[in-house]
Amino acid sequence: MKQPALSDRPKLRRPARLKYDPARETELLLLPERVVRLNPSAGAILRLCDGERSVAAIIERLERNYPGSDLKGDVLEFLATAADKGWLEPWTSVTLTP
Amino acid sequence: MVGAMDIGYPYALTAELTHRCPLRCVYCSNPLELERREAELTTDEWLDVLDQAGRLGVAQVHFTGGEPLARADLEPLIRKAREAGLFVNLITSGVGLTAKRAQQLADAGVDSVQLSVQASVPELSDFIAGTRAFERKRQAAVWIREAGIPLHMNAVLHRLNLQLVEELAEMCASWGAERLELANAQYYGWALRNRSLLLPSREELREAEEALRRAKERFGHRMELIWVIPDYHEEYPKPCMGGWGRWSMTVSPDGRVLPCTAASEIRTLQFENVKRRDLAWIWRESPSFNAFRGSDWMPEPCRSCERKELDFGGCRCQAYLLAGDAGQTDPVCHRSPHHRLVAETVSGAPKQAAGGFTWRTTGENL
Ligand code: SF4
Ligand code: SF4
Repeated sequence: MKQPALSDRPKLRRPARLKYDPARETELLLLPERVVRLNPSAGAILRLCDGERSVAAIIERLERNYPGSDLKGDVLEFLATAADKGWLEPWTSVTLTP
Repeated sequence: MVGAMDIGYPYALTAELTHRCPLRCVYCSNPLELERREAELTTDEWLDVLDQAGRLGVAQVHFTGGEPLARADLEPLIRKAREAGLFVNLITSGVGLTAKRAQQLADAGVDSVQLSVQASVPELSDFIAGTRAFERKRQAAVWIREAGIPLHMNAVLHRLNLQLVEELAEMCASWGAERLELANAQYYGWALRNRSLLLPSREELREAEEALRRAKERFGHRMELIWVIPDYHEEYPKPCMGGWGRWSMTVSPDGRVLPCTAASEIRTLQFENVKRRDLAWIWRESPSFNAFRGSDWMPEPCRSCERKELDFGGCRCQAYLLAGDAGQTDPVCHRSPHHRLVAETVSGAPKQAAGGFTWRTTGENL
């Protein structure tokens, strides 16, 4: 899948959900029949994909946490991969009828 | 046995709420002897199990049975599972569902419902299920979707329906399924009784794989298609549960905790009960969960095999059922000294019906 535009508002694809797991001290992505153990940066990005924030806002927010870093490329790439894996809703604002 | 540090946390819990079931499927993999209603865990006991599971690191729960809708307390159990942070999947035959119940399940927070179907032809579906259920399943699919719950479907495949793979996919897609699991029958429990009639020939299987490829082309863009391999026809066994006591646990209707849903048939192991021990202890310390962890327990040829970290010597339940010893190499593996048992069964298929099918008995359990 191609990378999102900065104005896209990524959102976890239903029924996926995030869970912070205190036992393992990691974020888990809960999918039907599958649980993905996320690394800290993947967890941090997906936490911000609430369907409200734009990609630009997500990048800005993350860069605030890690001042002086340029995360744009990494975030865009990760979002594209995550969408490919079916973790995120497709980008286009056009809804295809089933 | 592996050291305590290697044990890790379980990801999934299969909660078998009841063995009661309105269907009588010929391929049912539940044990021959079913738990009676009186033996089932109470609501409070299940609530406690779900709480403990969440604390132990479990991230998803599959409510199943029998037919979990037979439990009137399903909704509070779903709510509790969500409170514990779990992803909640409900596996159902759809029989007993109403529009109202579907809405209640949605309100309680169920994340997905997996609806079983036996075939794409109503008469055949009812034949396999041993009761008239097809029409109710079709209706159930509508209600599930109307309640806004993602619809997943599953079909167990065997000689009676293997030629319908593409039609099954077409039907499930038209019912609005987002996912279809096509699971080749596993010969545990009741299914083992009907094995000679259920087991497909290699030729039948090859054709089904072709049909799967066509189905993926036609429906893959809107419905995820999962194919669970028929292990009897493979060279190597399936990695049972991704390793004994490694990722998941099952609680049976009476509270026994099993490393695998089929494990209750292993008579040589003693399984602990949540009524007497807590889940964390059972997971980490119990002899049954430690019996086949890691690779130290393995006999030859597994012990010196390069695949032992890939398939863990195969399925313990199958080794017990076919070779009479749960600690043996899975006879499905062509390197197993007992492989002949499987090879002969496969080359013997298809056989003429020697007396016909026996449908699942439920009788006094309902
Ligand atoms: S009879 Fe069918 S629906 Fe009921 S438990 Fe067995 S396989 Fe499942
Ligand atoms: S010998 Fe054992 S470890 Fe090797 S492939 Fe067969 S079952 Fe797996």
